[in-house]
Amino acid sequence: MLKYLARRLGFVLITLLVSSMIIFFSTQVLPGDVAQMILGRFARPEAVEALRVKLGLNEPIYVQYLTWLKNFVQGDWGLSLSTNNYPVAPMVWERLKNSFILAMAAFVIYVPGGILLGLWAALRRNKAADHIISVSSLSLIGLPEFVTGVILIAIFSLKLGWLPPSSSISPTATLPEILPKLVLPAITAALVSLAYITRMTRASTVEALYSDYVRTAYLKGLSPRQVLFRHVLRNALMPTVTVAAISIGWLMGGLVVTEALFSYPGLGRLLLFAIQRRDLPLIQATTLLMAAIFCLSNMLADIIYAWLNPKIRFQ
Amino acid sequence: MTRPKILEVENLSISYQTESGLVKAVRRVSLDIRRQESFGLVGESGSGKSTLALGSIRYLAANGRISDGRINFMGEDITDYGLAKMSKLWGRHIGMVYQNPSLALNPSIRIGWQIAETAQIHRGLDKKAAWNEAIMTMAKVSMPEPEYVASLYPHQLSGGMLQRCVITMALLNNPSLLVMDEPTTALDVTTQAVVLDLVSKLKQEYDSAIFYITHDLAVVAQICDTIGVMYAGELLESGPTKTIFRDPRHPYTLSLIGSIPKFEEDHRKRSLSGIKGMIPSLRELPNGCVFSPRCFMADEECRRTAPTLEEIAPDRRSACPRWREMEERRKEMEKTKSYPAPMEQTAALAVDSLAKHYAPISGALRRGAGKALIKALNSVSVSVPKGCTLGIVGESGCGKTTLLRSITGLIEPTEGEVRLDDEPLAPKVTKRPRSILKKIQMVFQNPDASLNPNQTIAKCLERPLKIFTDLGKADRKKKILEILDSVNLPSTYYSRLPGELSGGEMQRVGIARAFAAEPDVILLDEPLSALDVSVQAALVNLLFELQVANNPSYLFISHDLAAVHHISDLIAVMYLGRVVEFGLAEAIFKPPFHPYTEALLSAIPNPDPDAVQTGIRLEGTVPSPSTIIKGCAFRSRCPRVYGPQCADEPPPMRMSAEDDRIFCHIPLEDLARVQTSPFHNASAR
Repeated sequence: MLKYLARRLGFVLITLLVSSMIIFFSTQVLPGDVAQMILGRFARPEAVEALRVKLGLNEPIYVQYLTWLKNFVQGDWGLSLSTNNYPVAPMVWERLKNSFILAMAAFVIYVPGGILLGLWAALRRNKAADHIISVSSLSLIGLPEFVTGVILIAIFSLKLGWLPPSSSISPTATLPEILPKLVLPAITAALVSLAYITRMTRASTVEALYSDYVRTAYLKGLSPRQVLFRHVLRNALMPTVTVAAISIGWLMGGLVVTEALFSYPGLGRLLLFAIQRRDLPLIQATTLLMAAIFCLSNMLADIIYAWLNPKIRFQ
Repeated sequence: MTRPKILEVENLSISYQTESGLVKAVRRVSLDIRRQESFGLVGESGSGKSTLALGSIRYLAANGRISDGRINFMGEDITDYGLAKMSKLWGRHIGMVYQNPSLALNPSIRIGWQIAETAQIHRGLDKKAAWNEAIMTMAKVSMPEPEYVASLYPHQLSGGMLQRCVITMALLNNPSLLVMDEPTTALDVTTQAVVLDLVSKLKQEYDSAIFYITHDLAVVAQICDTIGVMYAGELLESGPTKTIFRDPRHPYTLSLIGSIPKFEEDHRKRSLSGIKGMIPSLRELPNGCVFSPRCFMADEECRRTAPTLEEIAPDRRSACPRWREMEERRKEMEKTKSYPAPMEQTAALAVDSLAKHYAPISGALRRGAGKALIKALNSVSVSVPKGCTLGIVGESGCGKTTLLRSITGLIEPTEGEVRLDDEPLAPKVTKRPRSILKKIQMVFQNPDASLNPNQTIAKCLERPLKIFTDLGKADRKKKILEILDSVNLPSTYYSRLPGELSGGEMQRVGIARAFAAEPDVILLDEPLSALDVSVQAALVNLLFELQVANNPSYLFISHDLAAVHHISDLIAVMYLGRVVEFGLAEAIFKPPFHPYTEALLSAIPNPDPDAVQTGIRLEGTVPSPSTIIKGCAFRSRCPRVYGPQCADEPPPMRMSAEDDRIFCHIPLEDLARVQTSPFHNASAR
């Protein structure tokens, strides 16, 4: 098991190294000169050149990459170009904290919700409840966040007036102040994953219910409740738990849209802002951080699956 | 003498509500099973035997229901019992053993807990006590190292061991009735023998009644006191095993017994009785007697009036009103046709020191070096003369399929060569000219998977004619009709699709396709094992007929020793990628034996209930093909290990007086002194 962990971690590091290269080099090919951008369109050529030297922009590209990587690993993520040389790291960490709160709020909605809906559908297979759940989850998977988000705003903020349509929060806000503002963006971010987990749970539960070992369990004399809790759930939820862990990674992608829609000060909105301003250090830091979260959630999924599944645990 | 009845089924009918209407899967079946008695329910696939067995313990699919009749269990009428009431009986008084133990156990719970659970829920034992009880019972079913096995997960054990665990689970609460649904069908023959021994032993130690369901008559003969023969949802005959086998009183039973190849030297290469046609669909049952469309003695009356199961003697019942004629019919049926092969000396196909080694699988970050090669085949040398049949027999994983594929050139052998008419063949199929490809044809195991479902039978048979002959379109059509006729298929099948055919008919098409190119050698890869006994028999006859007519050589691969013995002139016994014994069929099955051949023979259940079996049983499992073996491959399981040379040196070839090649360290004289001949019952006649 330890060896397995070490190997997974090795894979994550390699993946991150490759992503850092892709991120770095693709930001290099973006049009525009960094020094020119900092100094503005009307700067004197000498000043631009001096800044280029200072920033190391005249070095060969791999040297630039290695220097950047070295600084990044040491925690020096550079200065933001668009916000008066404010250091990138604290800005990103602050936003990451906000995104994390939103992600967790979504997570506690869709994981238990999806499992319960999926189980309900599986146990009522081919009955009305199953059909309703299956059809609506399928339609939800097809709807992007900016559509569901707008519909939610239209109903709960504009029509009913229960919840605020904008979720901009100040850094000093307390939790009771934040909570109502979290509800709508969290639901918006959760819906797609909720539908996905519901379908996954339903499929694997149905499979388990029709398996030979469930027949064995009944013929041992177990009651339907005992069969469900002792034999069905353990096997049926194995794939679901894995999907839940991977979904943390998807959530990051969904957050970019959701945060922009609700003006929520998270990592996704920061990334959007950075791209609009061509703020290279900020883009690099946020994308690499997102890649890291994605990789780690995948690793977490693998580890949970291995831990739950004895076939892998005892290899 | 009369023991109490444990299970009484009276006039039971079970039907399923399906989308295409009501299916009457079981109709008017009555049977009794008494304490300490084992009742065998025999039937081919689709006969409704599992539905009957599970239905009689009130376990039915959601769309199934008991439409008529009564079930008594230990004096209680359980016909109308629901889930809650049955849960108190299941696992407590009724134990169940399943066909596929690796699916019947929960993959994510330790085996010990799965077994212990039965004692926990029914007897209120706490976890610790139930676990101890599980381990004690595991020891009772001769489980080696029960504590260790209990701590494992199902995927860590072999099929035979898992089946012992399932049996333990069924026996834990000392049930009154043990229902066993094809418990050995998924196992290899040597493992099956061990499990059957265990069942026989348990029969004496526990006083449970056993309800044993199987398609295998030979297994029933060995295990059961009483048998019932089921066909298309009805019981056609029942009675004590011995009398049923010796004196069947229903044409279906008679034909079924006549369809099994007998393990007797003078029965070899003879036609089998077989049964024409196929089991009817439960949706379209024939009028009158259900068996009448396939019966060799049916008349108008049989097709009009449905007979009932009548008592014809004490404890004997038959559903054939003409049961008195059966004795005469049996004698008639015993007159069979013989197909001796012309034993020529020139080899049509020869395989010389063929080996196939695979490199171990290595991932991107895993180093493959240092791991042993997977040796699927090791210097295999066999040959088959023109017009003769070479049978290759061995348990799963012995390399018989790899050998076949190396001969076809589908996989390239690592060493050695294949010669056809003494000409070496290119190792790769793509390098062989068409004239050679034409000479070697193949028949596959699963006819439904090897025929293109979207191609008519004519298209399928036309292909080899197009590729290998220069016949014109009209001639091809004529030839196809001829071929269809030669495999006894009506010409109306010309434009049918494979999906409209039964398994046996599809395999006839598979055989016809192989014969279309008029090859010299036909490779048959388990051609019978997917089919029912009655259908197998007709195909065996067909293979005999075609060989006499066209004189091809057969390479017949099977795990079924009786079938191989029946149709082969020469036999090679394989173990772990090696040939351990090779010679004439009559010599292989006579001493001196290779110890593995001896164990195989001793493991086969004999369809003769009077036969006394020799008790050679193999312990452990076949080693992995990547194990590095210096000496004899069979050493780790050999019951007759001779000395240190078995581990250190490869076994020498010993040639018996009858040209039987045995690869063993034990000298011939010692090998000849076997425990007992597996044929003693045959020679006693």
